[in-house]
Amino acid sequence: MKKFLGILSASTVLVMFISCGGNHSQNEILIGEFGSLTGTTATFGQSTHHGLELAVDETNIAGGVLGKKIVLIVEDDQSKPEEAATAVTKLITRDKVKAVIGEVASSRSLAAAPICQQLGIPMVSPASTNPEVTKKGDYIFRVCYIDPFQGEILARFLYNSLGLRKAATLKDVKNDYSVGLAHYFKETFEGLGGTVVAEQAYSEGDSDFKAQLTALKAAEPEAIFVPGYYIEAALVVKQARELNMTMPMLGGDGWDSSKLLEVGGLSLNNTYYSTHYSTDDTSWAVQNFVAKYRSRFNEMPDAMAALGYDAGLILFDAIRRAGSTDGPAIRDALGATENFSGVTGRITIDKERNAHKSLVIISVVDGKLKYKETIQP
Amino acid sequence: MRVHKSIIFLASAVTVSFLAMLFENRLNPYYYQIAIYVGINIILASSLNLINGFAGQFSLGHAGFMAVGAYTSAVITTELQIAGNSILYAPIFALALLSGGVVAAIFGLIVGIPSLRLKGDYLAITTLGFGEIIRVIVQNLDFLGGARGFTGIPKISNFFWVFSITAVLIFLIRNLINSTYGKAFLAVRDDEIAAEAVGISSTRVKVIAFVTGAFFAGMAGALYANFVTYINPAQFSFLKSFEIVVMVIIGGMGSILGVILSAILLTILPEALRSVAQYRMVIYSLLLIVIMITRPRGLFVLPRFGKHKILSKSGM
Amino acid sequence: MSELLQQIVNGISLGSIYALIALGYTMIYGILRFINFAHGDVFMVGAFIGYYSAPRIIALMGGNLLMAAPAVLLITMLGCSVLGVAIEKFAYRSLRSRPKLTVLITAIGVSFFLEYGGQLVFGPDPKLFPQLIPSGSIINTEHVVIGTNSIVVIVTALALMMLLRFIVFNTKMGTAMRAVSFDHRVASLMGINIDTIISFTFILGSSLAAAAALLFASVYPSINPLMGIFPGLKAFVAAVLGGIGNLTGAALGGLIIGITETFVSGYISSSFRDAIAFSILILILLFKPSGILGHHEREKV
Repeated sequence: MKKFLGILSASTVLVMFISCGGNHSQNEILIGEFGSLTGTTATFGQSTHHGLELAVDETNIAGGVLGKKIVLIVEDDQSKPEEAATAVTKLITRDKVKAVIGEVASSRSLAAAPICQQLGIPMVSPASTNPEVTKKGDYIFRVCYIDPFQGEILARFLYNSLGLRKAATLKDVKNDYSVGLAHYFKETFEGLGGTVVAEQAYSEGDSDFKAQLTALKAAEPEAIFVPGYYIEAALVVKQARELNMTMPMLGGDGWDSSKLLEVGGLSLNNTYYSTHYSTDDTSWAVQNFVAKYRSRFNEMPDAMAALGYDAGLILFDAIRRAGSTDGPAIRDALGATENFSGVTGRITIDKERNAHKSLVIISVVDGKLKYKETIQP
Repeated sequence: MRVHKSIIFLASAVTVSFLAMLFENRLNPYYYQIAIYVGINIILASSLNLINGFAGQFSLGHAGFMAVGAYTSAVITTELQIAGNSILYAPIFALALLSGGVVAAIFGLIVGIPSLRLKGDYLAITTLGFGEIIRVIVQNLDFLGGARGFTGIPKISNFFWVFSITAVLIFLIRNLINSTYGKAFLAVRDDEIAAEAVGISSTRVKVIAFVTGAFFAGMAGALYANFVTYINPAQFSFLKSFEIVVMVIIGGMGSILGVILSAILLTILPEALRSVAQYRMVIYSLLLIVIMITRPRGLFVLPRFGKHKILSKSGM
Repeated sequence: MSELLQQIVNGISLGSIYALIALGYTMIYGILRFINFAHGDVFMVGAFIGYYSAPRIIALMGGNLLMAAPAVLLITMLGCSVLGVAIEKFAYRSLRSRPKLTVLITAIGVSFFLEYGGQLVFGPDPKLFPQLIPSGSIINTEHVVIGTNSIVVIVTALALMMLLRFIVFNTKMGTAMRAVSFDHRVASLMGINIDTIISFTFILGSSLAAAAALLFASVYPSINPLMGIFPGLKAFVAAVLGGIGNLTGAALGGLIIGITETFVSGYISSSFRDAIAFSILILILLFKPSGILGHHEREKV
């Protein structure tokens, strides 16, 4: 009897499971999106999603792509790389999407890219900057710059604009982005003649950095580079200030989030970070986007939202140019993207499937974000 | 006669796995993936059952052994760059799998020996500690990718490997339990002091349980690594150990078929409930609490292959 | 030298928090002989109670932190005590006569239930804990900074530990607790209501966890439903290190773990942070399982 019950329940679940699956009409183009809607980098996924949603709605209102509506299927990877891999597999094999947009965090993109490549579905990362991502194959693209560029610019900024010579780094060993960016920064900084006097590390999810900061303080750096994600970065800066470490602190685009100021508050004064655009930019494209986004979502769009928007529009533009939703056709069209007018600048996809774009440096003054400068590639 | 029957069972299981492999490509990749996970989870749960259910050693660090096997195989197969279509792949993969198992078994020994002196709660926490230490060690080894993970592992696990190893494990457990060794296991589990008193070396039993359980967990890890192509230490945390423990408990500690059914159910269920994924762990934990209070012997308690009772009256 | 001093201060601050949580573990183990896995999650719930109640209370008190903070502490302690007693009543009580392993598994179940239930109720994303301790520092030199934070943590922890000591050794309830932990059958024969004592123990333990949570969240203001896992495990190790069942031992163990962790993080590498506690655990269990201040329990046949 019990045996029968066991087998019955197992088979019910099996049937339930096999029979569910969506049905979509012929008049739609299915696009998959995977991102960190929850977890330690939740604002990345949420902002990107909003930006992408905006792009999808605008496109559909204007008539869609190739006469069909864009339908977005979203999967949450909970800020975990292994979930990213599962999410992408499901999107492609079960939901049968024609292309995938994601992810912001390089670690997650790296986990998902080989799968997209193998299954021949184009993947467009809005914001992953680790160079390895697009090396996974010719179906993998990104619409942002890469870390060798970012690290170099930040090093130059520190050396030239701030005029400092001794830096220390505090990187996050849990993600490829942080480790890579720290490496490129150090390379350039030391190449220019500066010295990295101390290096420490933490893990994403940690909340106590006093031990590492105390060790860094003893090496007397003139500035500290923290190429991690926003929550830990804010806590690091906060705790550093508590330890009387008043030197300038720098970060990369991983700092870009509304939560940064929320967590760090005034301790973030005298910090700088690089990102992809600034809401202070007076150009029509940016202000128009900011207005649309604000009226829809009631908050200021951060860089991830802008990149999500651009990634969507570039993908749809590529599908139009390709004239079909075939994997190889979209891939070729994406590769041919030239001088696309995005919110985050003029975007051209190069031979390595990376974007050639300018970088924006933001500073924090009086607890608020302030645009500092733009650097062309 | 019994031995004869189970060898036939083993041989047919392996043949079926081989045939299944030939038809793999016709299956939807998503369902294929689920089936592979089912096999791997059966191996994980059954090998843990050996330690927890049969030898009575409550281990919460099983994911650590899985991690060891996964990384070992990852390193071997990636270094040797084998692809699924080269002729050499079968022996090399077999080598990688065995190595994964052996290295994990060595860790099983390392964990098992200190555990000899510990009981109950302390044993549980210590094994949890070992599992975490293994994870942290891997996290700090840069050549294994550290916290960022190991990518580019060749995808060569398939039905044949997964299910034949599953079959071998079940065969082994069945025969072990029905042998003198098996009775010794149960004796130690039920009352260690009494067992010692009649001359059973509880040390030997416990160590054998840990080593064998770890060996197969290592193989499961290897199969896993060569399927998902990307692994990182966070996947092998205490949470993973707990998921395996839940399978064993719900299936009934010491019940071979119960644990198999439970592993199947608990692999398919989360996928079927993907739309309500955030409730999954809440449901699991509630389920666990309710089962512990009402039916601590497991959901699928069934007569197993053998004469003796699953759980004696005196203890778990 | 100054780096060393600073690290010591950091370590003592962290260790005091671990000590408060460890006391809860040790008391419950002393009475019930089992590891309440869910204790770390009661700690987590405390942090969230503080998160939701603090802004309202601070507003009520007109921004006066000196009055608001103790009020928040009381409310959080109350909340956690209710939770602790409820867990004992609904999950553990019926299992008292069952094998230890059953209760252990149930405790793990409760722990996960709180964690993932917390994710559902509070949302899985980290939240910023409101400020309860005024910022600033007591000692602010070039070399060593001792923030108001750290002082408040250490002083509060000490005060609570002394209060606990008083309760356990100088009150009737406390004496009853010690009697039950010594031999619960004899204690009940002497007329002690075991259920009441057990509930009381849970109230004490949970209240300490609540305090630990507020202190922890004040120093490390990012809270999330999974924040109790590692502090909980480390506090458990601290309790074992000091001798499980021994109050002074738990406090001592907490300090040792806090300081060791800080030192390893600062001087060697922070990636080993989590492994430190477990390594200490394994070493202690191998060489002196009764802990620093504990005594060996013989298993009777």
